[in-house]
Amino acid sequence: MKQVLIEDFPAWRTQARELIQAGVEPSQVHFVDGKSGQPLLFDEPAQDQPKPEATKVPAEFLKLASVAAQYRDPDRWDLLYSVLHRLTNGEPYLLKIDVDSDIRRLRLMEKAIRRDIHKMHAFVRFRKIELEGDAEYIAWHRPDHYIVRAATPFFARRFGNMRWAILTPDESAYWDGAELIFGPGAPRDAAPDDDGLEDLWRTYYASIFNPARINLRAMRAEMPVRHWATLPEAQIISNLTREAGFRVQTMIKDQAPSALPWVPQQATLQALREAAIRCEGCELHKCATQVVFGAGPEGARVVLVGEQPGDEEDLAGSPFVGPAGRLLSRALEEAEVDRSALYVTNAVKHFKFIERGKRRIHAKPGGIEISACRPWLEAELEAVKPELVVCLGATAAQSLMGRDFRVTRDRGQFQPHRWAKQIMATIHPSALLRMPEPDRREQEYRLFVHDLALIRPYMQT
Amino acid sequence: MELDNKLRILADAAKYDASCASSGSRRKRVEGGFGNTEGIGICHSYTPDGRCVSLLKLLLTNYCIYDCSYCVNRISSDTPRARFTPEEVVNLTIEFYKRNYIEGLFLSSGIIQNADYTMEQMISVARTLRQEHLFGGYIHLKAVPGASNELLLEAGTWADRLSANIELAVDSELRELAPAKSHLQIEDAMSKIGFGIADAADRSNARAQSPKFAPAGQSTQMIVGATSASDSVVLAKASELYKKQKLRRVYYSAFSPIPHADPALPIIRPPMIREHRLYQADWLLRFYGFKVEELTTPESPDLPLDQDPKLAWALRHRDFFPVDVNKASRAALLRIPGIGVRNVKRILQIRRYHALKLDDLAKLKISIAKTKYFITTSGDNPAALQIDSKRLPKKFEPQPRQMALFEARSGEL
Repeated sequence: MKQVLIEDFPAWRTQARELIQAGVEPSQVHFVDGKSGQPLLFDEPAQDQPKPEATKVPAEFLKLASVAAQYRDPDRWDLLYSVLHRLTNGEPYLLKIDVDSDIRRLRLMEKAIRRDIHKMHAFVRFRKIELEGDAEYIAWHRPDHYIVRAATPFFARRFGNMRWAILTPDESAYWDGAELIFGPGAPRDAAPDDDGLEDLWRTYYASIFNPARINLRAMRAEMPVRHWATLPEAQIISNLTREAGFRVQTMIKDQAPSALPWVPQQATLQALREAAIRCEGCELHKCATQVVFGAGPEGARVVLVGEQPGDEEDLAGSPFVGPAGRLLSRALEEAEVDRSALYVTNAVKHFKFIERGKRRIHAKPGGIEISACRPWLEAELEAVKPELVVCLGATAAQSLMGRDFRVTRDRGQFQPHRWAKQIMATIHPSALLRMPEPDRREQEYRLFVHDLALIRPYMQT
Repeated sequence: MELDNKLRILADAAKYDASCASSGSRRKRVEGGFGNTEGIGICHSYTPDGRCVSLLKLLLTNYCIYDCSYCVNRISSDTPRARFTPEEVVNLTIEFYKRNYIEGLFLSSGIIQNADYTMEQMISVARTLRQEHLFGGYIHLKAVPGASNELLLEAGTWADRLSANIELAVDSELRELAPAKSHLQIEDAMSKIGFGIADAADRSNARAQSPKFAPAGQSTQMIVGATSASDSVVLAKASELYKKQKLRRVYYSAFSPIPHADPALPIIRPPMIREHRLYQADWLLRFYGFKVEELTTPESPDLPLDQDPKLAWALRHRDFFPVDVNKASRAALLRIPGIGVRNVKRILQIRRYHALKLDDLAKLKISIAKTKYFITTSGDNPAALQIDSKRLPKKFEPQPRQMALFEARSGEL
């Protein structure tokens, strides 16, 4: 049998062309892979041969062969010759038949090379070093196949204005800013062993993954463990995986405070009122005297929603009985609306305050408390099923209509709502109490009465 | 605040956006600059959730004036807050990119002040990267619904992809959970971007070197499992958006428990299989010639979880089978369970020269165990005789598995 030493694809191509033209059968020749380092058993001296004539093969074959030539398997040259022989001896369409076992092997090689190149583009991690004031980026990577020459032009296109080197065990590539130069392989410790930025990269990696969706199989399939050694982020995978379950538990425990667990489903007002006494949905229950639930008839056609109970309400246990409540009653009277037919309640059911000496100063409830208390308000509205909801002030309005709602801009305007046919907002009576200027207060009070008068049509059957 | 801490908070907040694609755009490196895109996306890493890390996915800030109950960054949540300066995002992108960690940047943001201001902040990051640093890598910007036409059009001149999230398939559910949002407003932003894309295409037909506009098109995301909307509703909305807004991709994001969650939302394990089935169905709609009505039935408006949607269709339409792999049309081949678009192409090519048998199909890595009941080949295939058997669906049931001793009830954590 004839033996031929092959170093690279052009060498194979030259040899194969001559052998095909000489009519050599695949069984009569063995190509020895120069890269695999096996010695030739019988070294035959090369003979001078006449200049070969062109042999026609499909262009697709040359392309496929040049890719398969990068595959790390010493048998690839023999396989290529055998396919070449079949192509030129009565099977010109062989490449079309992917299910042929030779073609299938070539296709699998082609696929593996394509994947290996793609993974090199993905997994090369440059480390930056300063050399005489210039930055250089150096990476060490271990590809599966002989792909350095095929894979590195990508980096030249992408990082053309940088100086970089990619070292691999077989071959290295260096870009000086103008030209791609290939050199011998290099051991891993020839590349720098750290880059200050890698901590930040690991921070990113740890933060971007969702511990509720852990899927290690998918990760390993796409990022094979053999590449982990050169990926700075892979160092923390085991930690992340171990902590994932704990992080999901924390996510669930850290749920926003809410009254929801205390709110009975589809309950009557009376049942709600009794259940609310025990509510610990947010921190406010700790300092307030008692819960101040809504008051009014169950069949009320209109519901008034304020902000939260004040000092007097907290002590009395009923809404709108303090100074703001008295002002509200007066305004309703002037607007000719019967307060006793209304259901009156608040967006937040416990008094929030700051202690100043002996006095308890009203503190505005925050988004968390409003949101925690909303289940009570919604349950009340579900039980009462009003025609109209009137929000007094921004807290109530934003609780029911979203943060974009502006009372100054949108007051007095009706819109349909999930819990009532219509919803409308006006100012809170305590805002009037805070106005220092009597003229302005009077003017605003008139507007307030005017807004409340809009309720009247909803009161009649 | 330390950069490391900001990165932790604002990357964490960004992870609920499923998209990380960096494909579909070609951008040559500018002379003197760095970075390019060559049309194919590259996943530079994978996290333990099996998802790809292709882009540096960040929120500019997670302060937000909106109160969308499914979102960890809603104003009523007490999640820790942070805000990057545009320069910080620019520098992180450059330094990560030059080390080959990423393909580019995916920037989103909580809504601060108003839609225009937020959009302008994100644009300034993209503009600085492109103009000052001659950055040619991939940029995906979140389009803020409600932002002005001028801003959306400027975003498109810097970005490779823009996306406005539709969030939920049903408008009324969206308005309920996200009072500041509506389909009308979101789709209006999509139309404006779509106009920019179409306009750029017209100009590039007229002139070879015309400025790009979001060359990778626009995408959107739908959250699945936060409300009761059925798969048929979800797919109908997706299909409508593909047609009307010419979106490149609709992402389906299984609702996952978020920290500081709104208690009104379900505390469930994210319905990942459902998400997977939706992606399969989405593929059938876009590449296999299926219609939405074919994938679900009025009696069961959700995709079956235990079967892929194509197999489920085949079992409901036995009269369509068996299909002769050596003679059938491309459209018919695409309907065979277990045979994908690429293998249909290979079958069409091979059968001109070689009559296919079952073991040939096995060489194409087609699952014979699944496919054999639905096809005839040039060889023997007794399995095809069972196509009308009542017991056929049983063959595709998963193998019984003993319950683990401490297995939680399914669907709950």
